[in-house]
Amino acid sequence: MSSITLRVNGRARTVDVEPATPLLYVLRNDLELQGPRFGCGLGQCGACTVLVKGAAVRSCVTPVSSVQGSEITTLEGLAVNGKLHPLQQAWIDEQVPACGYCQNGQILTAKTLLDRTPNPTDAQIRQGMAPTLCRCMTYYRIQAAIKRAAATMRADAGAGVQDPHAGPATEVTA
Amino acid sequence: MTTRRDFIKASGLLVVSVGVLSLEALDALAQAPGPYPDPDFHQLDSWIVIRQDNTATFFVGKTDLGQGTGTAFRQLMADELDMPYDRTTCVMGVTDLTPDQGGSGGSDALQTDAYPMRRVAAEARRVLLEMAATRFTVPVAQLSVADGVISVTADPSKRVTYGELIGGRRFNVALTGGNIDQTTGTAQIKPVQQLKNVGKSPQRYDIPPKVDGSLKWAVDVRVPGMVHARHVRPPFAGGTLTAVDESSVNTMPGFVRVVRKGNYLAVVFEREEQAIEGARRLRATWQKPATAPFPASTELFDYLRRATPTVSNPPQVAGNVDAALAGAARVVEADYEVPFQGHVSIGPAHAMADPSNGQMTIYSNDMKSYGLRNGVAQFLQMPRDRVRVVWMEGPQAYGRTAADDAGFEAAFLAKELGRPVRVQWSRQEETAWDTKGPAYAVKMRGAIDPQGNVTALDWEARAADHNHLGYNEADTVLIAQLTGQHKAMPNRGGASAPSNMYVIPNRRTAGHVVGMPLVWETPLRTGNLRDPDGPQVTFAGESFIDELAAAAKADPIDFRMRLLTAGKDDDSGFKRARSIAVLKAAAATYGWQPRAFPQPLARGELLTGRGVAYAFRSQTVVAQIVDVEVNRRTGRVWAKRIVCAHDCGLVINPEALKRTLEGGILHSLSRTLKEEVTFDTEKITSVDWSSYPMLTHLDVPEKIDIVLVNGDPNPNRPDLPHYGAGETICKPLMAAVANAVFDATGVRIRRLPYRDARVLQALKAANV
Repeated sequence: MSSITLRVNGRARTVDVEPATPLLYVLRNDLELQGPRFGCGLGQCGACTVLVKGAAVRSCVTPVSSVQGSEITTLEGLAVNGKLHPLQQAWIDEQVPACGYCQNGQILTAKTLLDRTPNPTDAQIRQGMAPTLCRCMTYYRIQAAIKRAAATMRADAGAGVQDPHAGPATEVTA
Repeated sequence: MTTRRDFIKASGLLVVSVGVLSLEALDALAQAPGPYPDPDFHQLDSWIVIRQDNTATFFVGKTDLGQGTGTAFRQLMADELDMPYDRTTCVMGVTDLTPDQGGSGGSDALQTDAYPMRRVAAEARRVLLEMAATRFTVPVAQLSVADGVISVTADPSKRVTYGELIGGRRFNVALTGGNIDQTTGTAQIKPVQQLKNVGKSPQRYDIPPKVDGSLKWAVDVRVPGMVHARHVRPPFAGGTLTAVDESSVNTMPGFVRVVRKGNYLAVVFEREEQAIEGARRLRATWQKPATAPFPASTELFDYLRRATPTVSNPPQVAGNVDAALAGAARVVEADYEVPFQGHVSIGPAHAMADPSNGQMTIYSNDMKSYGLRNGVAQFLQMPRDRVRVVWMEGPQAYGRTAADDAGFEAAFLAKELGRPVRVQWSRQEETAWDTKGPAYAVKMRGAIDPQGNVTALDWEARAADHNHLGYNEADTVLIAQLTGQHKAMPNRGGASAPSNMYVIPNRRTAGHVVGMPLVWETPLRTGNLRDPDGPQVTFAGESFIDELAAAAKADPIDFRMRLLTAGKDDDSGFKRARSIAVLKAAAATYGWQPRAFPQPLARGELLTGRGVAYAFRSQTVVAQIVDVEVNRRTGRVWAKRIVCAHDCGLVINPEALKRTLEGGILHSLSRTLKEEVTFDTEKITSVDWSSYPMLTHLDVPEKIDIVLVNGDPNPNRPDLPHYGAGETICKPLMAAVANAVFDATGVRIRRLPYRDARVLQALKAANV
């Protein structure tokens, strides 16, 4: 066991675990976070997604030691001062989730997609979201919610609203 | 570490009932001693609690698989009670808090269970009106009620809230009814035209906590002293565990125990990642069975056609099929094949069981929490009232899933260890060992007369469904099988036929159940998967109707309409009239115009076509029309547009229903295009999302149009029924896609799934 300090949702958290422990189990079982969820342990489905320095990372295959000192954001940390992120609001407005188990990964993956590509085409949404699976097959509404959130975020950006979790702002061209 | 009571308070479950049942409910969940008797469904207090602040909580014995049934129950019960929707809450599926309505299944939540809910809410309203009449010394007829406030009609200054009348106290009103579905007071339910919330779409209350991370799920339950278990399953089906070398894991950090009974093998560790590593490292020796457990999946359909059935249903016969076939102008024959497909939850099976105080509390997302309670009590030989299941949200997979198995396993391990145990299946375990929807091989023959009418239909299905598992059966769950405690006689299984209102004068319907050589301890075990056989048999049946239409040179919708309108008789739910209305609505929404069928083969890389299919389940009727693009270079099929007409009677929450239907449509599309359980002669080889692919964001249609139809001949009647949804929706799509691919390419592919390679091979074989 080693003492490892993480920075999660803006707070420093120290845990005593094996350095190779996948980040997912530390977030869930030591820090009692509920956003990231176990889906496959293989990096195939995306249910365990968290943001590390703004990039979507599959926490089930990420050793906790590799993210020491990096800013980690989970679904719980996406709202700012009690105000939901536009993606979360769009998920409610579109009534996206069915069972909802995968939606953590859907929302956080969409977040990085919109950070890179604020005005995505349908093809870019499909491509960007493709590796994130939903067994209730809510894909159709997820894609609608991403478009809705993108419009809100562009309007907010025009009004000078800052996103504190913005990831790398490299535009992806397709 | 949080205390149990803190956890319970934070779970959201008690937030709604604290201050209602107050300490009573808190203790019921947070404690300790038990026992946990069933709530008495003959007591109004078991169903409804009204607080002093004039809010109400409904206690219902169903579970919500993310389809908005909880929201719909609140809409209906608030309406019957005359409370504003947003002053109500709902508790579901906790065996000692909510009356046993069986949990979810059979799409019966609104069709069956909503009626007792409506009646008890109406009864509460009646009792409250009587209390107000006493208070104001006026007859009930001189009172008005709105939004949980009763006033004297002639003098509205005389008013009292429900909360003031009953808040924090018990109704103590007895109900009647021979079983829970018949539960009633003396009040009448309202004519549906007076239900103000019905047909409106309040947002689902479960969605905000699902998108902000605040919802506590069954996977999130932690109690002091809890340990983590993982399984080691037989590496080949039918394997016998001959030796376990505990020294391979017992010096690992966090080691707690290796639990072995028969062929059931689990490791228990303090931490989850330790249990995962322990399951990987445990050295176990397994002996292969003497004979192969099943044929390889590549040989499955030959095997199904060749094997001696375990059950052959007596054929249902109308008219004289053989004579009609002999005298036909044309006879069409075809064989259809659907492989095993899995539920395969996005979150593998899990449960947490706490044996504190000699009781057993299981935290589970199993959709039938009551059955899980009964089954575990039987399996562990504990009194039923010492076992309780707290249903919580979880990943859903619509049917008899491995969530059943995990609940038993957690309880077994908790009893063995005498401490709380969390069981979590791995991805590979879930994909390989979860129950499967049965594979089908169907042979059909149809006769067409010189006028193009169908004169005979001969249906013979073979279903790989021997030993079809029921829900939460103590003598068929996986741990019962692996520990040698299964029942002597396997379950019978079933082989079914399509459901439609077509009039065909000569008809023979035969079904056979076929077993695999290995009957117990097999990963090829079948269980209900979202309309258990409907998608499979409708794929065969509705594809074949299109084959007959093509043979008769008829338009597929005209052809079906002729088959529907050839008879005038109808059932009590007007299913014929409603089938016709639904098919017409689908055609109108799509903008269907008759044209050559199949189309002449087009040039270019992308071939386009359209296909239709229709089915019903119980009283819910669905017709779907699909536009496909088929890439003749890659074999890729894309369902570009899907139109769905749906009649489930009175619609409670249209937006929640539409999303349920969209999900069901895409679930069937996934089964059509992607999903197949594969195996060699030893083991399942589809074990993760790479080897068991499913639909992704890339495959989503450009447009899904859903039209909600009510084809009842008298849609204004006050007792218009609300039927179920959620399963019928899955039936027609496979055939609609198959029919569209035929229309686009002229090639009939009679085997699912339509993965690129299969489609490409079929196109090449036909020189397309």
